[in-house]
Amino acid sequence: MGVDVAREAGSLRGARLRLSAVLWRRPWLKALVLLVPPVAAFLAVYAASLGAMLASSFWTSDSFTAEIVHTWTLDQYRLIFSLSDPTYLRIAGRTIGMAAAVTVTDAILAFPLAFFMAKIAGRRTRGLLFVVVLLPLWSSYLVRIYSWTTILAKSGPLNWALNGLGLPDAHLEFTNKAMWIVFSYVWLPFMILPVYAALERIPGSMLEASRDLGARGFRTFRSVILPLAFPGVVAGSIFTFSLTLGDYITPLLVGGPSSTLIGNIVSEQSAANLTFAAAYAMVPVAVMAAYVLVARRLGAFEAL
Amino acid sequence: MESRALRIGLGVWTALVVAFLWIPLGIIALYAFNGSVIQSWPISSWSTKWFGVAWHDDFLRSSLRLSVEVGLAATGVALVLGTMASFAIHRFSFFGRDSVNFLLLLPIALPGIITGMALNSFFSFAGVALSIWTIVIGHATFCVVLVYNNVLARLRRTSPSLVEASMDLGADGWQTFRYITWPTLSTALVAGGLLAFALSFDEVIVTTFTAGAQTTLPIWILDNLRQGQQLPVVNVVAFAIIALTVIPVWVSQRLTSAGETTVGRAAAVTAQTE
Repeated sequence: MGVDVAREAGSLRGARLRLSAVLWRRPWLKALVLLVPPVAAFLAVYAASLGAMLASSFWTSDSFTAEIVHTWTLDQYRLIFSLSDPTYLRIAGRTIGMAAAVTVTDAILAFPLAFFMAKIAGRRTRGLLFVVVLLPLWSSYLVRIYSWTTILAKSGPLNWALNGLGLPDAHLEFTNKAMWIVFSYVWLPFMILPVYAALERIPGSMLEASRDLGARGFRTFRSVILPLAFPGVVAGSIFTFSLTLGDYITPLLVGGPSSTLIGNIVSEQSAANLTFAAAYAMVPVAVMAAYVLVARRLGAFEAL
Repeated sequence: MESRALRIGLGVWTALVVAFLWIPLGIIALYAFNGSVIQSWPISSWSTKWFGVAWHDDFLRSSLRLSVEVGLAATGVALVLGTMASFAIHRFSFFGRDSVNFLLLLPIALPGIITGMALNSFFSFAGVALSIWTIVIGHATFCVVLVYNNVLARLRRTSPSLVEASMDLGADGWQTFRYITWPTLSTALVAGGLLAFALSFDEVIVTTFTAGAQTTLPIWILDNLRQGQQLPVVNVVAFAIIALTVIPVWVSQRLTSAGETTVGRAAAVTAQTE
């Protein structure tokens, strides 16, 4: 009996050895076995979803039952790009403008900080700054927006501080300016990180060489640091731009009556008029595709 | 290198931006101890009574439970698919490798509203009723890349000769996996899994498009914020979330070495484009 068990164990081990030998000798087989489940899952769910969204955008919804009518039509896109009623064009323009404003603000806030982290701070300070910049990214996005609704509220800390300094109330609650501040706040770490990565890679010797060649601080910044760090700024701008384009929670919570963005329309219409929501969601996709192509031209991907 | 004035200026700027990042979190944490129902600054009466109210709120508890369940399920899916993909990509170069990279990255690189709207169109087209499982599928799509990046970074740092040595010494594939690969990978898996869980736990936009009648914790917060209800309880939840998110991020930072800097969506994508 003991022998049987041993033989059985032996054959099991033999089978395992044979199997691993087969896989070892044919690495492509192993790769295939490993790759098929995740890729199949992504194609079946995610790529199919994007396809379903694109297809839905060329269909139409019944206005009474909200059922989708599967006839091909450009109606949804006609409505979006309608010049006689430019509501949706205006909202798209506002969204893109907001995304651009947020991106520029974040670049200005992030660059000096990233430079301080990369080139001036010591090891310990740098590590600390890293954690301090990254942690807010992980403490709930909703909580971070909500904190600004309390700060900007009429009887909130901001007006309290202003009044304490003898200044009048700020009246920022439920305005586009509030939306701009909150977007810039929420996405700031996404800008800091790639800019820091780009600056860190500039060798100190280059800055010294620039000074040896007689360049003053500003000249070094303009001719050496900025061109080398620019791809990092572009990489960061992809996040700030794309995340603003697709957000609807911030306008919902801190925006006012004229703060509707693309995301709000998509989320409101997704139940009653899915085909229109799908078509309008293609606008940020198209804008981002164009943006990424330009960014690639500017070398944002090689620098990272 | 730079003039003293410039260094000081940059230091001051850095301090101001850090203050900008943290003061809002500090203020919301203080509001959790506000004794009054009215939110006004400065806080006039201090109390911890809302912690008790939050603890005994059944709807809040069930939302929290759902968020944990969804997070665990999505993390599980992400661990399996992300690890498989990273092994395949690491060991073998093949045609279309960049496309696979791109496909896994897309759900996190595109804004949540697009992922959400796309999944919503898909479920509607396929006639799938929205349920906890559609939420899990939505979350898993953007969690996979976190595990994938963590494991891939670890594999790149591990010498392939370790595996070869194990095989030379007569170990089969399973034994090599059990005694060599697994011990070198386990911390990267824990780190990736924690980040995936944290991202799922916090996600709101994709969830609003993939949930039916279900309420996750972020949806509970959003509903109350929109209606201006139960704000004292929301403050307590916000305080708890700020306190609790620090833990997974800190643990995953400790588990991965400094060079892997895998924290954050941004880092996930930054690492990918390298």
